Amino acid sequence: MILKLGSDSGVPDVVVPLRHPWTWAASGMAVLIAAAVAVSVATNPAFQWPVVAKYLFDAQILGGLLRTLELTVVAMAMGLVLGTVLAIMRLSANPLLSTLSWLYIWFFRSVPVLVQLIFWYNFGALYPTLVLRVPFGPELYHASMNAVITPLTAALAGLGLAQAAYTAEVIRAGIASVAHGQTRAAKALGMRPATIFVRIVFPQAMRVIIPPVGNEVISMVKSTSLVSVIALSDLLYTAQLIYARTYETIPLLIVASLWYLAIVSVLSAGQHVLERRYRQR
Amino acid sequence: MVRIRGLVKRFAGREVLSGIDLDVPAGSVMCIIGPSGSGKSTLLSCINHLERIDGGRLWVGGELVGYREYKGRLYELPERQIAGMRQKVGMVFQHFNLFPHMTALQNIIEAPIRVKGEPAATAKRRAMALLERVGLAAKHASFPAQLSGGEQQRVAIARALAMEPQLMLFDEPTSALDPELVGEVLAVMKDLARSGMTMVVVTHELAFAREVGDELTFMDAGLVVERGRPRDVLAAPQEARTRDFLSRVL
Ligand SMILES: Nc1ncnc2c1ncn2[C@@H]1O[C@H](COP(=O)(O)OP(=O)(O)OP(=O)(O)O)[C@@H](O)[C@H]1O
Ligand SMILES: [Mg+2]
Repeated sequence: MILKLGSDSGVPDVVVPLRHPWTWAASGMAVLIAAAVAVSVATNPAFQWPVVAKYLFDAQILGGLLRTLELTVVAMAMGLVLGTVLAIMRLSANPLLSTLSWLYIWFFRSVPVLVQLIFWYNFGALYPTLVLRVPFGPELYHASMNAVITPLTAALAGLGLAQAAYTAEVIRAGIASVAHGQTRAAKALGMRPATIFVRIVFPQAMRVIIPPVGNEVISMVKSTSLVSVIALSDLLYTAQLIYARTYETIPLLIVASLWYLAIVSVLSAGQHVLERRYRQR
Repeated sequence: MVRIRGLVKRFAGREVLSGIDLDVPAGSVMCIIGPSGSGKSTLLSCINHLERIDGGRLWVGGELVGYREYKGRLYELPERQIAGMRQKVGMVFQHFNLFPHMTALQNIIEAPIRVKGEPAATAKRRAMALLERVGLAAKHASFPAQLSGGEQQRVAIARALAMEPQLMLFDEPTSALDPELVGEVLAVMKDLARSGMTMVVVTHELAFAREVGDELTFMDAGLVVERGRPRDVLAAPQEARTRDFLSRVL
């Protein structure tokens, strides 16, 4: 039987969905503007695309790219390890540990990373020599601070220590999100605290931790460009070094931007895969 | 198996258990009933030291739980030793508390492998036998979220049994379940009682208490008000408070 929509009940036969003419008009405008920008970017000779092409795979630029990747990986690893320790301290029943962790997080989240970088770079002015010794005993290690604090170690300290403060908060929230009954059940089975953390609580916290940590990695890639202030030749500083010589400022900034775009795109894809893996079943 | 004398427990100064005396002989089933907030869950949590006690003494299998007595004082044991003692006491929770990131089988073998150091192959073989026993061998690869409440609770029972406990504590194991799923969990518990397991069961299933329980305890406001053979207490309660509670539950 064919169901006839009610001409007899006075309801019209044709159903017209609500139209959104202005949405379409606005979208059309946006596409036009984007196209105009694309054409102008492609055809404006001031962008100097041939120069961009020349430097995109330049050995010096690739070296800077490698440094940027290295900084991201090492600083992020520092942030994760130290951040986990800080999160555990923060959640500890021991008031001394949790206050220490709170102080650390407060300090390193409050001072701008740029300031921290410059501070570490000039650390040698505060403590000219580094001495490790057994208390009241013999010296184990002695060095000039300027030999220890190179631009690289200053950059890693600045980026990694600050990152730990942010990561700690993310990890703490993740751990706190795991239902208390999980710990009780694990304890009731006779598991010890360390086993409970590693096998039961942390894997469940990961689900909550991964998306924000993914975002932190992505913002770390860009934060590494701050190290140009302490003359460490990362991607951006390398580009700056070149255009200081050749005055091809815009094309070299485009080269750097294209590489940042590429790294972040790859990382975003990786984040998507990880999130799918840890999604709650 | 369980001996409790003068057990006192406070939360933030408020007394929740006010001097509980209780004995559960080996191989017997003790059922506990009582109104909400009377301290039933707290009492169970004290038995395996998930909660610290504030007074009295508590023994499981002749051993003082959670403390070492020295010159009339109790000293709390390190978590490591308490964990050792908890292996002997299985616990089943109202909300199952299965590990959601592990399959049914992984839930069961986790503690035997990590706590007892059992070889994975042995643990798996025993886990499959336990799943068979609770009627869930086919679901060994399912995650908790893929199981019904009744199935989850049966996995939780199997998980506790995998540690080969001498005593099983059940905290309202069926009260989070849809009515049609209660039976399958009670059946597993009856089977366990018949096999001679010592059990302490907090429950509102009076029929279960009557049929399976060796003794029934009625608690109110942190005290044991009445106890006796389940059919006696249920049919002819001696105390007014028990009568009052039963008239509201039945
Ligand atoms: N961790 C806690 N902190 C503070 N108070 C608590 C805690 N756990 C339980 N209580 C309090 O102790 C009292 C006894 O709680 P308990 O859970 O033992 O009662 P119950 O008899 O199991 O009740 P129900 O039948 O609702 O499960 C309640 O008043 C409760 O609010
Ligand atoms: Mg309760």
